[in-house]
Amino acid sequence: MTARNLYRKGLNNLMLTLTGVCALLTVSVLFAILGYLIYNGGKSLDLNFFTKLPLSPGERGGGMANAIVGSAEIVGLAAIFGIPVGFFTGVYLAEWGGRTFSFLVRYMCDLLNGVPSIVIGIFVWVMVVRPMKTYSAVAGGIALSLMLIPIVAKSTEQFLSDVPSALREGALALGATKWRAIATVVVPAARKGIMTGMILGIARIAGESAPLLFTSLNNQFWASGLKEPTASLPLMIYFRALSPYHDWHRQAWAAGLVLLSMVLIANIAARLILSRGGSPNRG
Amino acid sequence: MASSATAQPGFTNSGIRKLSHRLRGGDEIAWLITLLFAASVLIVTALLIAELWYGSTAARDKFGFGFLTSKLWNPVTDEFGAAPFLYGTVVTSVVALLISVPVGLGAAIFLSELATGKWSDAITFVVELLAAVPSVIFGMLAVFTLIPMMREWIGPALKSVLGFLPIFQGPVYGVGYLTASLVLSVMTFPYIISVSREALMSVPREQREAALALGATKWESTWQIVVPFARLGIMGSIFLAFARALGETMAVTMVIGNDPSIHTSLFASGHSIAAVIASSFAEASGPIYPSALILLALVLFFLTLIINGVARLLILFTSEKGART
Amino acid sequence: MSSLAKANMNTHTKEASVSESSKPVEPPQGQAAAPQSLSQQTASPQTAVPKMRASGVNFRYGTFKALHDISLEFQTNKVTALIGPSGCGKSTFLRSLNRINETIRGTQIEGEITLDGEDVLKMDVTSLRRRVGMVFQRPNPFPKSIFENVAYGVRVNGLASRSELPDIVEKSLRRAALWDEVRDKLHQSAHALSGGQQQRLCIARGLAVDPEVLLLDEPCSALDPIATAKIEDLLVGIKDQCTIVIVTHNMQQAARVADNTGFFLLGKLIEHDRTDVIFKNPSKKETEDYITGRFG
Repeated sequence: MTARNLYRKGLNNLMLTLTGVCALLTVSVLFAILGYLIYNGGKSLDLNFFTKLPLSPGERGGGMANAIVGSAEIVGLAAIFGIPVGFFTGVYLAEWGGRTFSFLVRYMCDLLNGVPSIVIGIFVWVMVVRPMKTYSAVAGGIALSLMLIPIVAKSTEQFLSDVPSALREGALALGATKWRAIATVVVPAARKGIMTGMILGIARIAGESAPLLFTSLNNQFWASGLKEPTASLPLMIYFRALSPYHDWHRQAWAAGLVLLSMVLIANIAARLILSRGGSPNRG
Repeated sequence: MASSATAQPGFTNSGIRKLSHRLRGGDEIAWLITLLFAASVLIVTALLIAELWYGSTAARDKFGFGFLTSKLWNPVTDEFGAAPFLYGTVVTSVVALLISVPVGLGAAIFLSELATGKWSDAITFVVELLAAVPSVIFGMLAVFTLIPMMREWIGPALKSVLGFLPIFQGPVYGVGYLTASLVLSVMTFPYIISVSREALMSVPREQREAALALGATKWESTWQIVVPFARLGIMGSIFLAFARALGETMAVTMVIGNDPSIHTSLFASGHSIAAVIASSFAEASGPIYPSALILLALVLFFLTLIINGVARLLILFTSEKGART
Repeated sequence: MSSLAKANMNTHTKEASVSESSKPVEPPQGQAAAPQSLSQQTASPQTAVPKMRASGVNFRYGTFKALHDISLEFQTNKVTALIGPSGCGKSTFLRSLNRINETIRGTQIEGEITLDGEDVLKMDVTSLRRRVGMVFQRPNPFPKSIFENVAYGVRVNGLASRSELPDIVEKSLRRAALWDEVRDKLHQSAHALSGGQQQRLCIARGLAVDPEVLLLDEPCSALDPIATAKIEDLLVGIKDQCTIVIVTHNMQQAARVADNTGFFLLGKLIEHDRTDVIFKNPSKKETEDYITGRFG
């Protein structure tokens, strides 16, 4: 083999190995994150975390019960506002939809999706917090719902469009009206995909913190009702991690572990549902 | 038919009968309901833009376009300029891409050209999980692990090797532009890898075979033929990642140092648009301060809008090209 | 074919014996003697040193056995056609000759393939592919200019200096009968050409590295008759500089351009011989059935 060919072979092996190294690097980052969280979070996680309110630094035995409940409230509100809007928008885009109107709606959905979450927080502050004259879980829920809507709409539309038209036509040929065909045949056929879209969307917003900064703010105690500043897990992590107290850092690790576990479990579960499900033809 | 005294002008009874007959079918209602929901998305987005515009009026009136170039940021004297934040946002995003694009493209090439189907899918899934990690968690990890690492060995190492460059001079505190860039680069990996991999996989098999049949090595065929063929999609992934990095808030706020001025050294503390809004908005008061922050939000909004738009166009062109061949 | 001719012909089965196939086939005795075309008459046994030779080649896609014990020779500077119905393995066999099948996962090959006596399976694969080029079924020019397409193989193998490239590109385009049509637009995108022109470009690209063997996998199947005729003419014109193997669906094409023909069926090489023998006097019934259109 000539020198040039030796060089080419060597370069070939080197570069291809390097690409493998890059892939390894990215994968190991995720595992490193998990590793750190499991190690440091696991050390600090105890029953108190789930049941007690936060205490001052230095006092042991505190927890983040209010943040857990608060997050549940805020995300729940976001789901109540966002899932129907996203779902029906997706249905409209897939089943009806004039050309320009649909194009506009899709474009706006993409736009909304791309808006930095802090900007959404500002928007909701102007529209909800300022008139209400208070930070609240409602405001936080609305902010998160604005992020949820494009996600749900897009996946709903996608999975509905994937349902073969033969199914629709079959229902219509039997005399069903269009909305009946959609409700009783098409949507059920796409339910796996639609559900996973919703799960993934909720997992995504559950981890968001920027939009909550000026909507639900934070709260060291229980909020009495939804119209008060409410604690949330992501924001607790933010404030605790930035504080100078070691105790609070440990709380942040624990909270991080809990939050990441929920998000990862939701993502893996969604992927499993999708891969297990057969196509609408077979299912 | 005699109309009753309460009949609405313009409605006839036969018209009402026709409408109610159609409504009973249900289709019109369904269409209307879903239409309204879809329209609400339009309305909300329009409102968003309108409110941003309206809320920033005070600042816009006062500063005009000079806002973008002014380096002054003084809440006490109500003098505000966006330059330090634009600088920080752009610098951290660009440096992040300088790291994540080569690594991400390398990984995408591996996953598309070398890994077998099952391994490729499995590794891609793991990489995509990285995109699901909440940004506070990235921020927290950066605060607890990356900042000490930067202070203790990354910074000193870079300084000793590349200290002659102005970007690697000055004291290393741990926070700063470089730390923020590193976090951002990790957060942008999944976008680059996932989209580039799709673009590479959609290159027709015959292109690779033609290059190999001429005696090219696998690397030569990949780098000289396949990657250029997929360049639109790859560029799309880069713009997508860029937009993500520009808008990233929490992780950056936690490690950039929150210093509203411009510095050359990457070890110095700086600020970004999203970070200054996040850290200042809750306490901002007065006629101009909140308005200036909202104006910053507007700037960021337009920036990400444009970059995202370019990204989507590029990705659209790739899928059309793939469909045509 | 009359039963008398059949009775008089030996079974010239070329399946396994390598030594037999080193001689060109004698025309069969008897009444139905095949007419010899002029080119066959001038070829004497002594010039038949095969450029490439396959012995006992078996090939598997996973568990599916696509080729059974193929043994075949390719004479130097001759055109050999491989014909047969869809799925009979002719393309698979062709692609084994330059080992391009190795890019597909799960494939396995046994047997021996030699190029000038050297075992192809043991050679450095990039060197092999420089010497044994390939033109594919659908034109697949790179997303580069016409010039860059033709120059690619030369560049990547380092076969010439930068200053020599324009001459090499011109020479290759001339050999592919494309020069006159593209001489003024060498730096335009190859995708702007028509299908037939793109395929000739791919042939030029393959010729630019000066291969000893050129493999063509149904090169005209995506082209119209005029483009097909141009390519057939140029193939006949270049065979004196390299050995050509062409897989084709089109029997008339094989009859027009090929000196020798091999007939594949269900992964087996049923018969191979001079083209006129195959078409006018095949020894196997399957061959005759295919030729006469009873199936395929």
